Amino acid sequence: MLKKRPKHLALHLIKLPLPGFVSILHRVSGLALFLALPLLLLMLQYSLRSVETYTSLMGVLSHPFVKLVLLGLLWSFLHHFCAGIRYLAIDLHYIGNLAEARSSSKVVMVASLLLTVLIGVKLW
Amino acid sequence: MVNRVVVGAHYGLRDWLFQRVTAVVMAIGSVTLAAYLLWQSDMGYDRWTGLFSSQPVRAFALLFLISLFFHAWVGIRDIVMDYVKPAAVRLAIHIVVVLALMMYSIWSVQILWGM
Repeated sequence: MLKKRPKHLALHLIKLPLPGFVSILHRVSGLALFLALPLLLLMLQYSLRSVETYTSLMGVLSHPFVKLVLLGLLWSFLHHFCAGIRYLAIDLHYIGNLAEARSSSKVVMVASLLLTVLIGVKLW
Repeated sequence: MVNRVVVGAHYGLRDWLFQRVTAVVMAIGSVTLAAYLLWQSDMGYDRWTGLFSSQPVRAFALLFLISLFFHAWVGIRDIVMDYVKPAAVRLAIHIVVVLALMMYSIWSVQILWGM
């Protein structure tokens, strides 16, 4: 059979499988957390330095927009955490075949979203 | 001839291993902190600073943060190697990231011991 070369992939028709989706979100969430590092360190500093800085930090954190940003960072952390545990499990060969790769990706997505909602509701 | 680039991957297991070791340190740290916060229902300024006034907690907090910075370095480097092709831009980003993480390390010591 004659194959037509070069072969062009129709990128808009290719659907990323769930493990690939979890993988790219692991990168996105990691990058988001890295970019937020100065803010997070500043928050730690304000929370520890004195009662005044602690109180002013709590004031800033109660702002709805700030809460929304923190919720995004909370999801980033939880997704990065859950997906990271999955990668460690893959390294240890606890996850080996395609079915396990898919089901564990589903668990990562659901668990990180569920935890974000639970912790978000508790903190709000 | 092997073409080794200064902004390449160093072709070794070291970074791969560091990524995992630091991940485990941070996982233990964050689960411990989350459990403590869940257990301490009314967390205020006194309890919070009281926690960080203990030397072992400070030391582990610094270990956590240094692990975070190492982990971030390997992760960001991996992302940059995949999406940024021109060597000059790559090198520039690497330098900015490394310097930022070094400053964060100094800042972390100031935060934890200068309170």
